[in-house]
Amino acid sequence: MRRLLPYPLLTASLLVMWVLLNDLTSGHVLLGAVIAISASNVMARLQPQKPRIRRWLSIPQLIAIVAADILRSNIAVARLILRQKHVRRVSGFVTIPLDLRDHTGLSVLACIVTSTPGTAWVEYDSARSTLLLHVFDLVDEGEWIDLIKNRYERLLMEIFE
Amino acid sequence: MSHAADIPVWAAVLTAFFVLVGAGFTVIGALGLLRLKTFYERMHAPTLGSTWGAAGVLIGSIIFFSVLQSRPVLHEALIAVFVTVTTPVTLMLLARAALYRDRAERNPEVPGRAKAQSDDE
Repeated sequence: MRRLLPYPLLTASLLVMWVLLNDLTSGHVLLGAVIAISASNVMARLQPQKPRIRRWLSIPQLIAIVAADILRSNIAVARLILRQKHVRRVSGFVTIPLDLRDHTGLSVLACIVTSTPGTAWVEYDSARSTLLLHVFDLVDEGEWIDLIKNRYERLLMEIFE
Repeated sequence: MSHAADIPVWAAVLTAFFVLVGAGFTVIGALGLLRLKTFYERMHAPTLGSTWGAAGVLIGSIIFFSVLQSRPVLHEALIAVFVTVTTPVTLMLLARAALYRDRAERNPEVPGRAKAQSDDE
């Protein structure tokens, strides 16, 4: 089983992608399975670091939190752009010390931070594990550190570490 | 190809709503890109287009084609996934290039390298 499916998650995602792009018929499921299994075996030759998911239960919670935050900050940033001349707004950099070390966790955090309008991932220093963020509407630095650390990092560490 | 007139009113209204929301956010994002003053501020504006801008149009597309073909059409979800996964790559590339330039020019608005900062402390 391990030999046939070295990366079960990758195989499953490829199969789902194949079925979504084509039709949900037994022929396509079979063809998709063959392609997914051979592709993940090719991937195994590259020997990438294998992500380990420790707590599946926290994933839906994280998705819900992030979806709500993206919607909220979309509206907030749109409002700030439209009323640019009337509101005083300061944007600036925030340095955040991270405890998360897992590579997959960090890339998911990068996706979250970049997909949330108003925050942009600028630089990650792996030696000191600090993250440099640029915040569009910077009122209180501590608030942003708190947001990243308690809202996202805690859940990501539960899932990946 | 498709018969847009055949689709029921509720689906047409929902589709129109989501497409308009998506287009609206994209326009506002483009406006921000045009109007904001600094590079780092302008970086935030197109994110509107790649999140709710894209999501609105994709949800509209899912509703429209699912109703029209009377089966769930979900491959738009793949577009959303790939947009989300690839945006950080371009954004980080641009941000770090800007940061590198500003540090080389010793722009005081930009924080110095993390290492140098800690040595000063």
